[in-house]
Amino acid sequence: MKKIYILMMCLVVAFMCTSIFSTYAYGERKQDPSGTTTGNASEIVSAKPGEPTIMDLANQIGHNKVAINIVWTLITGFLVFFMQAGFAMVETGLTRAKNASHTMAMNLFVYGLGVFGFWVCGFAIMFGGVGPLGTLGGYDGLNQELSVHLFGHAFGLIGTKGFFLSGVYDVGVFTLFLFQVVFMDTAATIPTGAMSERWKFLSFTIYGVLVGAVIYPLFGNWVWGGGWLAQLGSNFHLGHGHVDFAGSSVVHMTGGVIALVGAWILGPRIGKYNKDKSPNAIPGHNIPMAVIGAIILAFGWFGFNPGSTLAGTDLRISVVAVNTLIASITGAIAATLWMWIFRSKKPDPTMMVNGLLAGLVAITAPCAFVNVQCAALIGVVAGFLAVEGAFFVERKLRVDDPVGAVAVHGINGAWGCLALGLFADGTYGDGWNGVAGTVKGLFFGDASQFTAEVIGVTTNFIVIGAISYIIFKLIGIGVGNRVSAKTEMDGLDVPEMGVEGYAGIKMDKASETPLSR
Amino acid sequence: MKKIEAIIRASKFEEVKQALHDIDIDFFTYSDTTGVGNEKKKGQQMYRGTVLDTGWISRRLLEIVVRDQNVRKTVDCLLKVAYTGEVGDGRIFVTPVEEAWKIRNKQSGDDSLKGEDEK
Repeated sequence: MKKIYILMMCLVVAFMCTSIFSTYAYGERKQDPSGTTTGNASEIVSAKPGEPTIMDLANQIGHNKVAINIVWTLITGFLVFFMQAGFAMVETGLTRAKNASHTMAMNLFVYGLGVFGFWVCGFAIMFGGVGPLGTLGGYDGLNQELSVHLFGHAFGLIGTKGFFLSGVYDVGVFTLFLFQVVFMDTAATIPTGAMSERWKFLSFTIYGVLVGAVIYPLFGNWVWGGGWLAQLGSNFHLGHGHVDFAGSSVVHMTGGVIALVGAWILGPRIGKYNKDKSPNAIPGHNIPMAVIGAIILAFGWFGFNPGSTLAGTDLRISVVAVNTLIASITGAIAATLWMWIFRSKKPDPTMMVNGLLAGLVAITAPCAFVNVQCAALIGVVAGFLAVEGAFFVERKLRVDDPVGAVAVHGINGAWGCLALGLFADGTYGDGWNGVAGTVKGLFFGDASQFTAEVIGVTTNFIVIGAISYIIFKLIGIGVGNRVSAKTEMDGLDVPEMGVEGYAGIKMDKASETPLSR
Repeated sequence: MKKIEAIIRASKFEEVKQALHDIDIDFFTYSDTTGVGNEKKKGQQMYRGTVLDTGWISRRLLEIVVRDQNVRKTVDCLLKVAYTGEVGDGRIFVTPVEEAWKIRNKQSGDDSLKGEDEK
């Protein structure tokens, strides 16, 4: 009996609900499946909705222009962040399975540490004095640059505003911060590849904070923050100063130089070199992972280079993107053919990866300033340099670089800037670094641009090299840089990280380390 | 009863397995193993321009326990099928076995090694 009463009550309530709701139906607009009637004058912010004045229109257009730029910069920034996965995969794929957890952890954690350092003081040092943010709304509060005055000129050294992003709570600044922090992250993660398989995680952790806080922002300020390398044009009539569109020197050469110094200080892996100084091969454990990582990096680079316009309304982004693409493929082809025909007689997939990335690194500085034929040529040279550079580092310098980071990022970072100094064709860059006229290279009429690039590249090598040397030496004295020999033989995963990369997989760890004879 | 331990090339394994089935040797244990031997520069691996020392080559280890009457034909089969003529073909060792048991039905000795269709 009880169930019937409950059922009847439910039915009555349901009936009431339908009649109640029906009296609250709202009037509705016509559906618009083709999109032709959505969006009209009423969207314009104005005192009388639907009847905007000329000023209302102008304001909205200006707002929309900045909006396009900010959206573009943020989205390309997100792409560049994704490159972190690419680096992690390339590095782990090209190193041994017994160290996988450690290598992966370095690449993940450098994001946290570096960003922290950059937020605390790196951004302020690098961009504290960059001036008005032209494409991102024009906020001009980043106006404190510490300069030294010599020979009647100002030499900008570091910015001093925006620590912890305080005092600069502006949408333009925050956009810039996100975009720049992921670039810092790219530079920070390059040395983890060259120094992998024997780097103490504690030493790496200290480095991780310092690279974002100090090392990267210092040179970065000089080129992108309005510092003295950018001012070489306005101060000394050297082209437009040291020009670096998306960071061949600021990001990649910095990373490559730190990698070189760090790998040199750490010393080679056990078994890498024999007593007669000849090298042994230590194969990476996961070539598929390395190749996927390379593709992820190539994809992310479509954020790295075109995003550096900081403006979706700057339609040069199409040229930048195509230059990037073309240089990457000629780099891959050149490196592969060079290995195939002249070196090992086999199309080594790891050199294919290095060649692709080298082309991308080399085009990063000139991508906005060169024509596509030059971009292709730059890529070809980059592919060649990636292979021969790797051999040079391995066999002549005898620095153990498991992934080729020094050749791909250091050497090609320098080549990218020099290439800009040679091939910039004058179709873009009017007013760059405060110098009137478009950016031209040596072959297009402005040899002083090449000079400026040489100065920039040399400065990077010397200053970043010295700073990283000092920092690594100090860390070495403090906590030690390299793991013990026993840890290195066992694999860094358990002794350093406490977690195996491949739990449950039987590994013959001893066989992964070649004997040095 | 004898145990035949055969270390053969991993690439020859499927052929050997089929050949052993053809002579009614259906039950054996195999595992992947690594050996050191005379193979130095054969089958070169080249990693980033450096030749890989191939003195450490993957092998399959077959452990076949057979009745005395089947030892000769098993060894002959292995010698024939696992052969390539190149350095690194492998080795065969025959050792005596004291006891053999089948866990499922507690059979022991020669009886436990009989094939399915034998009586």
